[in-house]
Amino acid sequence: MAKASTPATTKPKRMPRKTPAKVSAPAKPPVEDENFALRSLQETFEKKRRYAADKDQLLGFYETMLLIRRFEEKAGQLYGLGLIGGFCHLYIGQEAVAVGLQSALTEGKDSVITGYRDHGHMLAYGIDPKVIMAELTGREAGISRGKGGSMHMFSTEHGFYGGHGIVGAQVPLGAGLAFAHKYREDGGICIAYFGDGAANQGQVYETFNMASLWGLPIVFVVENNQYAMGTAVKRSSAETEFYRRGTAFRIPGMDVNGMDVLEVRQAAEVAFAHVREGNGPVLIECNTYRYRGHSMSDPAKYRTREEVQDMREHHDPIERLKAELIKGGVTEDEIKAIDKSIREKVNGAAEFAESSPEPEPSELYTDVLVGTY
Amino acid sequence: MAIELKMPALSPTMEEGTLAKWLVKEGDSVSSGDVLAEIETDKATMEFESIDEGTIGKILVPEGTEEVKVGTVIAVLAEDGEDVSDAASTPPAPVKDVPGEGKDVGQPDEASSQAAIMKPQPAPRLADPAIPEGTTMAKLSVREALRDAMAEEMRRDDRVFVMGEEVAEYQGAYKVTQGLLEEFGPKRVIDTPITEYGFAGIGTGAAMGGLRPIVEFMTFNFAMQAIDHLINSAAKTNYMSGGQMRCPVVFRGPNGAASRVGAQHSQNYAPWYASVPGLTVIAPYDSADCKGLLKAAIRSEDPVIFLENELVYGQSFEVPELDDYVLPIGKARIMREGSDVTIVSYSIAVGLALKAADELSAQGIEAEVIDLRTIRPLDKQTVLESLAKTNRVIVAEEGWPVCSVASEIVAICMEEGFDHLDAPVLRVTNEDVPLPYAANLEKLALVDTARIVAAAKKVCYAD
Repeated sequence: MAKASTPATTKPKRMPRKTPAKVSAPAKPPVEDENFALRSLQETFEKKRRYAADKDQLLGFYETMLLIRRFEEKAGQLYGLGLIGGFCHLYIGQEAVAVGLQSALTEGKDSVITGYRDHGHMLAYGIDPKVIMAELTGREAGISRGKGGSMHMFSTEHGFYGGHGIVGAQVPLGAGLAFAHKYREDGGICIAYFGDGAANQGQVYETFNMASLWGLPIVFVVENNQYAMGTAVKRSSAETEFYRRGTAFRIPGMDVNGMDVLEVRQAAEVAFAHVREGNGPVLIECNTYRYRGHSMSDPAKYRTREEVQDMREHHDPIERLKAELIKGGVTEDEIKAIDKSIREKVNGAAEFAESSPEPEPSELYTDVLVGTY
Repeated sequence: MAIELKMPALSPTMEEGTLAKWLVKEGDSVSSGDVLAEIETDKATMEFESIDEGTIGKILVPEGTEEVKVGTVIAVLAEDGEDVSDAASTPPAPVKDVPGEGKDVGQPDEASSQAAIMKPQPAPRLADPAIPEGTTMAKLSVREALRDAMAEEMRRDDRVFVMGEEVAEYQGAYKVTQGLLEEFGPKRVIDTPITEYGFAGIGTGAAMGGLRPIVEFMTFNFAMQAIDHLINSAAKTNYMSGGQMRCPVVFRGPNGAASRVGAQHSQNYAPWYASVPGLTVIAPYDSADCKGLLKAAIRSEDPVIFLENELVYGQSFEVPELDDYVLPIGKARIMREGSDVTIVSYSIAVGLALKAADELSAQGIEAEVIDLRTIRPLDKQTVLESLAKTNRVIVAEEGWPVCSVASEIVAICMEEGFDHLDAPVLRVTNEDVPLPYAANLEKLALVDTARIVAAAKKVCYAD
């Protein structure tokens, strides 16, 4: 592929797919519907790439994405003030992915699991920003009672299973959640998010194999934000088209613009229907971009300022939706009112997080084990 | 309202930095995402971005200033049409003692000493269930006892399932899952590919999702490929989630040296797992304990590492024929009473210790043999009570000596039983080498009865 010579941010236009030439075919008979099975979802998706949302849905997407953006900016600010410690990975730029996908899930029935860049996925699932922010500041009122921090947050009530700090670990765990859905026959599916960095972990492929073999109801989502910490995808990955990486395991792939919430949502419609019908896993690659460094202490010297500015100015998922809203008749005043209420919400969360007390010292010893032995 | 721009912390450890360069000047209007300044930390030069929109009112810390403390107000941002020209009168002050700030952690203070006081007390000890008089005893191999435990729990709770390599159609690589597929079907007895990391993660995730998986490792040597899920995913999640997310999974399989399989297939992992808070580690010896403790492990709300031993799978012991024989986790068992020396042991070494006790008895030394059964949480009380009685302890362990369970027992006896000790506590373990293949060398490397006898005599000053 010409990929190696192109900048990481601008994926080249996909070449129209050709039927692969069979070179001196071995004795093995060709599988009849192989191409169809692996590409059918992408073909369906290409016929209609954007979800037809009504005005309320559009406003909902806008509000949730903006909430994530403002929440993360505030988190960055609190980190700068020393109120948040340790590692803190912001989701700024990637908002359309979590919002587009999770808006198509049923809370309480389906489950979601992700890595350490998890604030956005929680907010997209309607979890109270106050308890998330209070966890970031390590307070008693935090969703993990201050014992997890930014990377380790969970809400079993919402079907959000973390928040996992080890790159790639959430992928088999997510398959386990999907296994439980199938075992219980509860009709639920699981979304397991991971990054382009995690996509090179061996356990991801071990999981692809079993998920496909056992027909688990899981959607694997590669959030390709172009950099595995400081390493551009083209420097770390032999196959940079991550949606193709399920092919060897007979998992259909979908290639999605992760900077457009309507495209992500439409991909979710196609993929989730396939999975809910009992057809086994789907792999979605959402091409996205993180504006900030990998974590708070990353100066992001591995990319140019211009590259980041270009994404912000021309591909920002929130600005794109805002423009569509205005085009659709939403007034500037309405938009301003939303912005104001989100700011108030986030400021409220920050105040709550700063004023909540730290955990009681006795909490040090609680929750190590459930039982007493 | 004017917004104070404060010197940011740009890494987990940063306390101060150099304001290398201002990229804006007073009067400039800025929007969210604009780079305002470059700040040098101990590690890198970082860009300081604006979060809000407005006009740079006053720059309070000029560029080039070194050792600017985190939290110092470095500039003031005016929002639309605001005048902040008097902002300079506000003295820039570093923020001190931010609650929750990293640097507070680890300092000895009131809170931590309080915490020490509030340390939870051990739970009241549970005794093994009484076996009613007249109960018949069945002679069962360890292998059968383990299988019966799983089958009984699978009948009792339909969330329980078994997964692992060759557990279903092959009937278990060591035949421990024999017959389970026939009774429970392929939904609940699942053959996995040879992919430990992956299926350990899937088992752990299934437990998080509300099921009760029993994950069999063909041997625990292969679990090293999966250990991240046992420790980082299974053991820590309940704590990290503030008690929200449980992980009731059992990881089981043979552990320790087998016979002539060489170094990579011969290792005792009990000390590894026993060092991890959040795990329960069980390593029973005989059939009754294997059955009663595996049933308890499957019912436990916590992740359990259940360490079996291939060499005892075929040995038969008596098991009470009771409908529901469940033993308490965390309780050692006195296998043989004695007054002269205590031999603490677990797993296969219990058999060696019992033989050693017979030999010692013939020489006039009565040894008390304790089977720890559970390695974490460790039943210190039983060990210390025995020490108080015999005043001498040795530990027999089929494993390496360094940082071993034996080392832990030595520490406990020293810390909490020092006044009762009449002799140093000795570790009787394998040699500190990878296990060799040659029959004679393997024999030399492994703990045996003769070494246990010798150590017991040594602490009794009888050699």
